[in-house]
Amino acid sequence: MKLIAAMSGGVDSAVAAARAKEAGHEVIGVHLALSKNPKKYRSGARGCCTIEDSHDARRAADVIGIPFYIWDMSDEFHENVVENFLAEYAAGNTPNPCLRCNEKIKFAAVLDRARAMGFDGVVTGHYAQTKDIDGQRLLYRAVDSGKDQSYVLAVLNQEQINGAHFPLGDTTKDDVRLEAKSRGLSVALKPDSHDICFVPSGDNAGWLRERLGSQVGDIVDEAGNKLGEHNGAYTFTIGQRRGLALSVPEKTGEPRYVLKVEPVNNRVVVGVKADLAIHEVSGLSPIWCGPKPSGQKSGFIQVRAHGSAHSCKYFLDESGPLPELKAVVDQPIYGLATGQAMVIYDGDRVVGSATITGTK
Amino acid sequence: MPQVYFDHASTTPISSVALESFIEQSKLVGNPSSLHSNGRLARKKVEESRETLANLIGCHSSEIIFTASGTEANNLAIKGIFWHRLKEDPKRKLILISSFEHHAVLDPALWLGESGQAEILMINVNKDGYIDLEQMESVIKERHEEIALISVMHSNNEVGTIQPIKEIAKLAEAYKIPLHSDAVQSLGKVKLSFKDLGLFAMTVSAHKVGGPVGVAALILKKGVDITPLLHGGGQERDIRSGTINAAGIASFVSATASAMRDMEGNYQKVFALRSKLISTIQGQVSDVRLNSPLEGEILPGIANIEFPSTESDSMLLLFDAEGIACSTGSACSAGVQEASHVLLAMGRSQAQARSSLRFSLGISNSESEIEYLEACIKRVIDRARAAYRG
Repeated sequence: MKLIAAMSGGVDSAVAAARAKEAGHEVIGVHLALSKNPKKYRSGARGCCTIEDSHDARRAADVIGIPFYIWDMSDEFHENVVENFLAEYAAGNTPNPCLRCNEKIKFAAVLDRARAMGFDGVVTGHYAQTKDIDGQRLLYRAVDSGKDQSYVLAVLNQEQINGAHFPLGDTTKDDVRLEAKSRGLSVALKPDSHDICFVPSGDNAGWLRERLGSQVGDIVDEAGNKLGEHNGAYTFTIGQRRGLALSVPEKTGEPRYVLKVEPVNNRVVVGVKADLAIHEVSGLSPIWCGPKPSGQKSGFIQVRAHGSAHSCKYFLDESGPLPELKAVVDQPIYGLATGQAMVIYDGDRVVGSATITGTK
Repeated sequence: MPQVYFDHASTTPISSVALESFIEQSKLVGNPSSLHSNGRLARKKVEESRETLANLIGCHSSEIIFTASGTEANNLAIKGIFWHRLKEDPKRKLILISSFEHHAVLDPALWLGESGQAEILMINVNKDGYIDLEQMESVIKERHEEIALISVMHSNNEVGTIQPIKEIAKLAEAYKIPLHSDAVQSLGKVKLSFKDLGLFAMTVSAHKVGGPVGVAALILKKGVDITPLLHGGGQERDIRSGTINAAGIASFVSATASAMRDMEGNYQKVFALRSKLISTIQGQVSDVRLNSPLEGEILPGIANIEFPSTESDSMLLLFDAEGIACSTGSACSAGVQEASHVLLAMGRSQAQARSSLRFSLGISNSESEIEYLEACIKRVIDRARAAYRG
């Protein structure tokens, strides 16, 4: 096959590209430039879009022996990921930009471009697996459960999964590093990126404040009593405990958590942990990574990138104007923010996902 | 798969005489600035080369300052002349350049502007890629007392147009304003005489004429002082410091001599190939537009062509996959292709500039290579169009 390997300059995508080439594919390495002004998003970033990262990617491509190019995806990235991130926070939601980037950039803009140019698909260094079963390509968790990235890939539809290649899904991160070393890749020991790549300082709240402005608002309990003040409701996430600085203590002495973020009146509602308990999760715009489920099924729901899976019953509710994915969990989940993705698993297989719009 | 090199304006293959000369000189030990016999031998070669080059490009040997790159020579000209003029007369803060200079001239000028030292005024170019002489004349007449220097390239590296340097020199001469010209693309390809052009300074470089990378020269009119950029041993007329690159210089001059000896024949051959390339592309892709003039005052080998509804980086990748090397000619920022400032200066839109490619031919190219391009160009352009993001 002819494949485009998306190379961030990190160890995973370098080994993925090398494995794809070794498997006999015709591979071309591409580094995605996500900002026109390298100093804008990239300065000091430990993510995947500094100039040094692009040099690392180029060097890895040289060592692997594949052609290498840089694709300017900065307009697409800004429009679909950065602006969406800001808009979602401004609306009181907690978006996951990596998911969005996979859905709109890596496996949409890049895959579309690759296909138009005569390539068959895109190789990435994600830790996830695809398996061809009964003529259908399905998405599965990685073997390395600590590194599993199937959650952030659960936004891919069948067409996108058909063009996706994840050569690292059967390997642990430690082994990938060893392999990189034995292949002579200088990125073998490069640290993992954890931050949001376009918030290089890692200070998410500060980055949001700079762009959305800061406006003093109230922190209240569920009865509406004022307990303190904040500098902008959008910097809070449901389930958050730190950084509340409340002046009125809870009578029982229990710690308090963000229960609700109300961007319209710039209010943050707090309460005790028990108030965070969620029994039912619903989400709009479901995406199926395999066959669309019918009726009620038993499975697992995951609501954070590296969170645990909770057993649940799930079903697609098509009674309303828009189809809704609903999951009733066997044990309550605590602190769930709208805007995050709910990902449904059938064992290790990714069934699909939806953006959380409601919790009960 | 054949490997076809259509990127001579970026760098040329080293000529056999240049390579031979480089190897020969590299075998000898001796710093040209040393006083012992080894040093003297190396110096002899450098000075012989300097004299040969002087004869080839119409200057005096003492007017040649060898540098390590064309970029260095351009920086030395722009900053060195500017600082010296400003020191003599603090009113002279204005630098005139054409709006489509190479970044090696544009950026030092803009840097002087951005750091608050100079005022930069860019003279327009027309849609065919020639400088607006009337605007140049009126700015010179109006503001001659403020002008520190003028720099206009001899020929443009992206579209190949040769600029009316003699006319500009006359305008500058009337007010004794120094004129610099970046002539790296012209050397060895078209007639180039420092003296005849009436220049104050001129940049030439080895690797655009079949010589090695890492050696170039600033030709600086005799009796003129400028402020040096590199301080050290003062090896080149106390203006440029750094160990003299004897092998590079010998090789540079061999390449130049060879190119100039065969210049007329080479021009005709390369120009004929360019014409064939253009008609071949027009035959295969009906809606292309030429950014370079078809004929007239142009370099023989550069054809800049717009392929509507494409992106140049898609085309580059796809041509590369077919073994064909070409270029956008524009600068890269972290490898991201930006719309060419040259084409924008010539009035093209962002979309037009982003869908243009430069093919630059040289004497090593052949008709069969153009026939090979003919066989793959439709496939390349069709795919690039399918991938077009609009």
